[in-house]
Amino acid sequence: MLLKKVALATAMGLMAGNVMAECVIDARVSIVGNEFPAIQTIGSGAQECTGAEVSSNLTADHQKINVAGMSGNPAEYTTAIVANTSIVALMNEDVIRPLDDLIAEHGEGIQKNQLITVDGKVMAVAFMANAQHLVYRKDVLEEIGVEPPASYEDLLAAAEMIREKGIMEYPVGGAYKAGWNLAQEFNNMFLGMGGSFFKEGSAEPTVNTAEGVAALEMMKALSEYMNPDFLTHDSNATSAEWKAGNVALMNMWGSRVGPLRETEGSSQEVADNTAIAGPMTVGGGDTPATTLWWDGWTVAKNISDAEAEATFLAMKHAIRPEILNDETSPMAVWLIEGYEPTDAAIGVLDAAQRGTIPFPMLPYHGLLHSALGAELADFMQGKEDAATALADVEAAYITAAKEKGHL
Amino acid sequence: MSAKAFKQPPMLRLASSIFIIVWLILAAFPFFWTLWGSFKVELDFFSKADWRNALTGARTVAEHGSAFTTNGYEGAWVQEEFWRAVLNTFIVCFFVVTISLTFGTLGGYALSRSGFRYTFWLLIAALIFRAMPPITLVSGYLLPFFEWNLWGILPTTIIVLVAINQPFTLWMLHSFFQKIPKELDESAKVDGCSQFQAFRHVIIPVMWPGVITTGLFSFLLAYNDFAVTSMLLSKENQTMVPKIASFLGTTQTEGNVMFAVAAVVSATAPLFVLVMFFQRQIVSGLTQGAVKG
Amino acid sequence: MLLFIALPIVSVVMQSLYTPHKQVIKVVENCGPFGCKEATTVDQTATEQLRKEQPLGQFSGLKIYLDRGHLATKEIAEAWSTRSSLGDFFSAVGNLPFYRALSFTLTYTFVVTPLLIILGFIIAIAVNSLHRHLKGLVIFFSLLPMIVTPLIGSLILFWMVDSRGILGSALQWLVNNPDLSLKASTELTWIMLMVYGVWHSAPFAFVVFYAGLQTLPQDALESSMIDGATRWQQIRYVIIPHLMPLVTFVALIQLMDNFRVFEPIVGFNAEAHAQSLSWIIFNDLGGETRLLSSAATTSVLTIIGVAILLSPVLVKTWQDFKVKT
Repeated sequence: MLLKKVALATAMGLMAGNVMAECVIDARVSIVGNEFPAIQTIGSGAQECTGAEVSSNLTADHQKINVAGMSGNPAEYTTAIVANTSIVALMNEDVIRPLDDLIAEHGEGIQKNQLITVDGKVMAVAFMANAQHLVYRKDVLEEIGVEPPASYEDLLAAAEMIREKGIMEYPVGGAYKAGWNLAQEFNNMFLGMGGSFFKEGSAEPTVNTAEGVAALEMMKALSEYMNPDFLTHDSNATSAEWKAGNVALMNMWGSRVGPLRETEGSSQEVADNTAIAGPMTVGGGDTPATTLWWDGWTVAKNISDAEAEATFLAMKHAIRPEILNDETSPMAVWLIEGYEPTDAAIGVLDAAQRGTIPFPMLPYHGLLHSALGAELADFMQGKEDAATALADVEAAYITAAKEKGHL
Repeated sequence: MSAKAFKQPPMLRLASSIFIIVWLILAAFPFFWTLWGSFKVELDFFSKADWRNALTGARTVAEHGSAFTTNGYEGAWVQEEFWRAVLNTFIVCFFVVTISLTFGTLGGYALSRSGFRYTFWLLIAALIFRAMPPITLVSGYLLPFFEWNLWGILPTTIIVLVAINQPFTLWMLHSFFQKIPKELDESAKVDGCSQFQAFRHVIIPVMWPGVITTGLFSFLLAYNDFAVTSMLLSKENQTMVPKIASFLGTTQTEGNVMFAVAAVVSATAPLFVLVMFFQRQIVSGLTQGAVKG
Repeated sequence: MLLFIALPIVSVVMQSLYTPHKQVIKVVENCGPFGCKEATTVDQTATEQLRKEQPLGQFSGLKIYLDRGHLATKEIAEAWSTRSSLGDFFSAVGNLPFYRALSFTLTYTFVVTPLLIILGFIIAIAVNSLHRHLKGLVIFFSLLPMIVTPLIGSLILFWMVDSRGILGSALQWLVNNPDLSLKASTELTWIMLMVYGVWHSAPFAFVVFYAGLQTLPQDALESSMIDGATRWQQIRYVIIPHLMPLVTFVALIQLMDNFRVFEPIVGFNAEAHAQSLSWIIFNDLGGETRLLSSAATTSVLTIIGVAILLSPVLVKTWQDFKVKT
């Protein structure tokens, strides 16, 4: 359904584009990336370019194929759409090129804050931001007479009241599926508690600390108010729970809020009363317990200069200010010039303003993330205590980091 | 089995009938449930509120005015062009079955007629290969395929699937050919046929049941494969199973889940037809002793 | 064809013996939409130098095989020396990823394989006694669980066993416990996966056994009838010996397939409760940073596991083969 709208929106964008900007390229462009609606918009935007073939492969498996697909010479993909975590794998394997020369030549219209620089070299151009933040049911909170919680402690108190009043049995939602999702929730909570993942400037982990234990204890406390199947719920399942009206409070991705406010697959009551607020703090800290993300595009290293230039032009065309309209604006928090935040964006913007920590772009963080996802499930099920679980995480991480040559 | 001697006492007959009925319900119920649910909206099918909604379609009535909607099918077939995936699946299946049967019959025949030691070791190597988890294989293939510019196209996938399937085909046809008495070829050779002519005129006519059975198992492998097809095919060349998985991708777009349900039903339908047609052959093929370890 | 079979095996073994180079790390300033920050990155020029010197990576021998993610020799020795009781030792070992996965994989293999053979056998016997007009229809429906791709089959069931799905609700009603959830408890998840495994593979055994029953020599049955054998004795002394070679074949294929159990775990989102060896490989390859050596090592260990499982069958095949030639 939404895709139909995307198609319509791009068609309208195309008509507008004919007047505003022409995109003519003279070499092939090939895109690999994730498949959510905002990226679909970018993909079809690049395909408006004429003069050479523009192909796009937008799939959930993009991370499994992008490194291999850019390692060949010439590379199969001339550009990969990545986020701040997935760009690391591409930089580790050295398959993307610095964009400074292309920006000097064609960079007009790209804002300074869209440039992702590493060691002074521009490696990617960001087009959207994302963060997890509070989503709540207005009607339910009014019924128990509390304000939207500003901290996880408040959220627990509100959840207890909702349960006591018999409104909902499991009022809290969360993407706690074992694996990537669970690790991400730990990251949020750990940063909110003021923890830091590694020793300064080294790959040695420091998660088995008081902050780590406190973060896990908070997650455990939250899970008491979640559906007992929480370890199988990813963000899709959590959204479905929300739409079914089973959940009143959750920490959810800004990019996922739009569909929650539509009646399709939901009821009028839920859709009208879905409200959002900024991210919550935890443990009395000031830093919100969440992470900031960006999505952007890169250009492959192993391709000819003509192809690199064509790719840059096509991708720049796809994120030009004219793509913003009533359909595309609510899809994401765009970093594009002229973007007027919709009311679906207040959560992410609030996160950015309050000094939320961006998700770390470290060469070895992915390994820690995998270790967290695999080892924390035992704690969440009550099979071991927090310190043991975190010790397991560190041991699993150190094994992997040694294999990869980071330690 | 019609002899009077085999008539069952009534109690046993009743027990075995009840058992069969229970088994049939277990086997077929999930599919009828899915078939029924594929005409509902998502909230009804998953019925987070009350499972009876999946039967009555309360939300479907509220949204579409009737308890049945073909939205899922429309979305999958028209909007998402599921027919492309169907076409690709049939191309892949056709070639995988043809190629692996050709190699399998020739190879299986040759192995069964040769007395060399290496035959055994070749079969063992084939077995070890089959024991390897397919994901490892695929991740090994990925890089060279990209480098040689072979990634994403159907022929590459067909070759990989044939390679993965070959050990099974070889084992099955090998044991099948061993069941065909050697005297058959020998008498043909006495009549002045070459080895190849013996194969052509004597073996081919009697090997069909075994070949059909093996072919069906190869077909199912190619039809059902996820690990290989999802990693090695580009978006436009996707077969049905990865296509369905992509409906369920990381970030589900509204209504896409019902596309997946409709697509699951659509993907099972050809199998129904297939089994109806070939059921007799599967059974008779197996009857010929094709699979004696 | 040999190329496609031999080459991957060799390359996987090679990969398990080598690890990537030491990564040269440098501290740099990263900037983005949310400001600038000190961070580390891989020094490509320095690492490139190392890569050129040894294109395969560092030779590490069996190091990966023995590390914590796999055989974990050091951790086991430590658990043994610091144990307070045997149970304590086993729980420490069960906490290591490889052994955790191995325990599920072995339990799954040895519970599912015999059950599916027995179930397949009973169905075959029961179907065989049906009227011939009914047979076609029954065979057709019996095959359904097998012909549907495991990923989709387990998805359908996953939807149904949700605590608010039809099967989940039915179970809650049966045991009279409205809070029962199959997905929340480890034991129930294991049982669910195994029931699924039997459901999915029993038709394979059924088809093979049913075909075998068709070749049953009628005279042997008849003479046993004349000797006054009961129905049970017929099954025990005539039918089962006749089907024995087929049982070996089904066991061979199913032991191998069950040992590689993977799709149901993903389909049922059961990672938190049950992990198999194939799942570990998938996890190593699916992260943001892929652990190729670790995945290759687990694959080699899986193959060795299958070889050990099948060794009785293989020895027998070898003996048959020697007799023949």
